[in-house]
Formats: sequence, structure tokens, C-alpha cells
Amino acid sequence: MTGASSFFFWRNGLALAFVCLVATAAALRAVHNDYAFFVGYVVFQYGALAIAWNILGGYAGFVNFGAEAFFAAGAYTTVALNKALALPILACVLAGACVGAALGLVMGSFTLRLRGVYFAIATLSLSVVLQTLVVNWSYVGGSSGAYLMRPKAIALFASYTEFLCLLMLAIAATAALIAAAIERSSVGAGLAAIRDDETAAAALGVPTLRLKLLAATTSGAIMGMAGAPLPFYNSYLNPDSAFAVGYTVNAMAMPLVGGTQSWLGPVLGALLLGSIQQFAVAFVSSSASLTLIGLVFMGFVALAPQGLLGLFRSLRAARAGP
Amino acid sequence: MTQPLLQVQDLGKRFGGFVALEGVSLSVAPGERLGLIGPNGSGKSTFVNCLGGALARHDGVVVFGGRDLAGLPPYRRVRLGLARTFQLPRAFASLTVLENVEVPFRFLDPRGGPTSERAWRLLERVGLGRKARFRPRDLTQVDLRRLELARALACQPKLLLADETMAGLSHAEVDDILELLFRANADGVAVVMIEHIMRAVTTFSERLVVFVAGRAIADGPTQEILRRKDVEAAYLGE
Repeated sequence: MTGASSFFFWRNGLALAFVCLVATAAALRAVHNDYAFFVGYVVFQYGALAIAWNILGGYAGFVNFGAEAFFAAGAYTTVALNKALALPILACVLAGACVGAALGLVMGSFTLRLRGVYFAIATLSLSVVLQTLVVNWSYVGGSSGAYLMRPKAIALFASYTEFLCLLMLAIAATAALIAAAIERSSVGAGLAAIRDDETAAAALGVPTLRLKLLAATTSGAIMGMAGAPLPFYNSYLNPDSAFAVGYTVNAMAMPLVGGTQSWLGPVLGALLLGSIQQFAVAFVSSSASLTLIGLVFMGFVALAPQGLLGLFRSLRAARAGP
Repeated sequence: MTQPLLQVQDLGKRFGGFVALEGVSLSVAPGERLGLIGPNGSGKSTFVNCLGGALARHDGVVVFGGRDLAGLPPYRRVRLGLARTFQLPRAFASLTVLENVEVPFRFLDPRGGPTSERAWRLLERVGLGRKARFRPRDLTQVDLRRLELARALACQPKLLLADETMAGLSHAEVDDILELLFRANADGVAVVMIEHIMRAVTTFSERLVVFVAGRAIADGPTQEILRRKDVEAAYLGE
């Protein structure tokens, strides 16, 4: 990205993100229902997770089965810091990002020389190791979990739930901006080259390990950031809820349903699958939500393996003719 | 005497018990056109992979531009000016032809001007200008070879290891690729041509090295080497 196009990208991107934030906040306020904020929080949380997963999984082609480990690391950072220093939520979100980034860097250093199923198994085991550590760490509640008192109200917001929802929206918007910036930059081109053929990428001057580590660190930071508000949202956190496999399933399914080669794919996937899940929770049953995700996912794998974006592209190409 | 650009001394590589390269020594001068021939399985591609850094060598020393390449990852070797092509074209499938050629410019010379303009110029030079927006899957075999060469030339190499860039091409297509290699060489790039098409090798190479069973059995002026009985025996049998 040249200097001028970089400036326009950031100016336009920030303006668009700001407009989206304000419009969504206004729409949610207009609904004037705390449940809307609960639903919004969950959808935006999955949006941030999906965008983060896609930076390593979609752009670079490294399928991370340990998304819940990064997410839980952010959540438990909040529990630990709140207990030790009574830090406010925004500081906890920043700390969650740092812990997630550090975890991504360490995991990447050990595993990013692996590929395919070996990398996937390594990331899966990260979650098991971290959960075992947390279960045996009594300071953050061990296996029985920890309670966290959240403020009843906060200035400028009608309720704390509204604040949490908009905070998560801001985190998701930040994640989308970061992902879009990566996609347009040399880093994005390098990650695409690595995804297509790592040996050829290295032979053409792409510093493959460095880019993969950057992707893992950024992805980890966003996942940690997305997990940090969870203890405030639930007022309680235990290992089973923080390390729930549903986070990884959603973080993977949403980009694959939306399309993995653009930041917009995970956003579309999160809006579609997140809304379906919340609808199922409200009107069918909570256990039906993951079943629905599985069915939609299978449908996309069979009928539109390139996701929604790929489907739109194919339809447009078909309409344009040969 | 000119300092060699590439100096290989006693290079050795094994895969388990199989010896792929043993005691290979050769040098390449700046701007030289060297042909590297040998029967299938003689170690030519292993040699290229060891020089490029895709494979770690077991024995020997490789010095390029006065620098020992030991432990240097592939992308650092390219930065020194050692570029390569692959036997089977390895274009980035999700990128357009233009974006494929932009990749080396982005990482090796990001301050040299807009990458897309430089990539366009290079694509025009290799005859792919009109196909810049194509995906690699829409290219013919010879165009894929051109793209492979364009990407390697985008690395602005001092030495190009051209690994079977003409395999599977027709007579006229071989001439097209030969012309591109001659032009690169005229611009000062030393070229090591690894090839089975003897017409191309003899037309292009000033010097010839022959590999047999992981060893360099002959090294000298092309016509002289081709007249040697042991080289003939290696190719055609006793």
C-alpha cells in the first residue's frame, strides 16, 4: 500500500467504522430492549473471533483449532487483573489483547513450522494444556469458577449491558479494520503467497516465518481482546464456559460460510450464523443452535465451498457471461 | 581473474541412506551462462534446492557473492541475488498474474517505486502483459513458464537457477523461453540452466557441468564436454 492509498484507506475505513458504530448503537437504542444488547454482544463477539481466526486460517491457510484457548486467556486475564488490581474493563481488554498476542507468538514459534493436520493438532492441544492450568489455578477460581461483580450502571449508557454490547461492537470493528489493513498490505500478499505455496513464497523473498508469527500474534491479540469482557458479561466464569468448544466451532465456521479471503467474509458469516443461533436459542432451544450451525455449515461445504463471497462472485461472473 | 559469483565446494546431501549429492564442486562467474545436465535422478534438482535453501545440505561450503550461505533461509538468499525457478510452475493460484509478479517487488525492493507498474513492465517484457489480470489456472503451459521466469526476474537476481524451464514445451515455445533467458543474461544476470533439451542447452551454455549419480563428472566448455566418451556413456549407456 502506497502512502497516499494508505492514508485514504485509514481515513475511509475509520469513517465507515465510526458510522457503523453510531448507526448500530442508535438502532439498538431504538429497540430499547436489554435482550437486544445481549444478542448484539454475542453476535459481535463471534464476529471479532471469526475475523481473528481468519487472519491466520483464511489469509495464511493455517487452521487453528485452539481459538477457545486465546478467548479464555483473555477472559481469565480479566478475572486475574480484576481480583488483583480491580482494573476497569477497558484496561482488562488491553491486557487481554497483550496476553492473547503473547500466547499467539509463543504458540506460533513452536508450531508454525508444522502444516496441515500437525498444526491443527498442536493448536488443539494448546487448549487442553491451558484449561488444565486454569482448573488447577485456585487464584482464578479453579474448576469451580470465579464471580465478578459488574457495575450496575455506567455514565452515558442506559445500562451496563448496553455498554458491553457497544464495547464488543467496537472490538469487532477494530478487528475488521486491522484485517482489512492486513489484506491490502504487503503482509496480506505475503500471507496469500504462503497459503498457496510456502516454498515458492520463500523462494521469492517472502519472510515466511516472520509473517506467520505476525499473523498468529495479531489473531491471538484480537481473540484475547474478544474474550476479556466475558466475565463482566456473565458475572461468572468457569473453565467449562471459557473453554467451550463452541467458540472454536463458530470462529471456524463463520469465515468458511462467509468466505475466507476477505475481511468481509467472517463479518457476513458472523451476522448470518450468529443471528440464526440467537434465533434458535430464543425460539427453539439452546441445544438446537449448534445443530443448526452444523447444518448450515454442511450446506455451504456442499453447495458453496468458497462461502457467500465466492457464491456472489460466481453469480456475478455467470451473469457477465463468457 | 574475476572473483566467482557462486563457489560450491564439496557439497553433499543424503536422504537417509541414499546419497543424492557427493563432493560436488563448481563455480559460476558473474554474467556466465552455465548448463547443468545429467540423467534423471542425478541430483540436479537437489543441487538447486540446496543452493536455494529449500533443502539443508549435509556437507560442503556454498559461498555466494563472497558470503557463506550456511544457515541462511531461502528469502535471505534471494535478497543476496540468488533466484530460482521451479521444475513444475508453482504460481500462487489465488493471486492474479500481476499480483504473482508483485510479490517479490513488495518484499525485496519495496522502495523501488509502485510495485504494480514494475510488475506490468516485467510482464510486458516476458509477453504476458495482456494476461496480467488472468488467474494462473487460465494460462497455457508456456505462459506458466513465462510467469515463473517473470517472478524470478522480479527478484532482480545476480544469478538465476533455471530448473527445467522448458520441459514439455514445443520447439517454438522453447525458442521463446531461450530468448527470455538470453535477454536476462544480456542484462548481466548469470544463468545456470538445468535442462534435458539438449538443443536448448547447447545453444545457450558457454560451459557445461554433467551430473551423474550425485557427482559432477565433467566441467568445461560445452562442445568439448559433449565430445567426451564418459558423458556420452552416462547418457546413452556403454
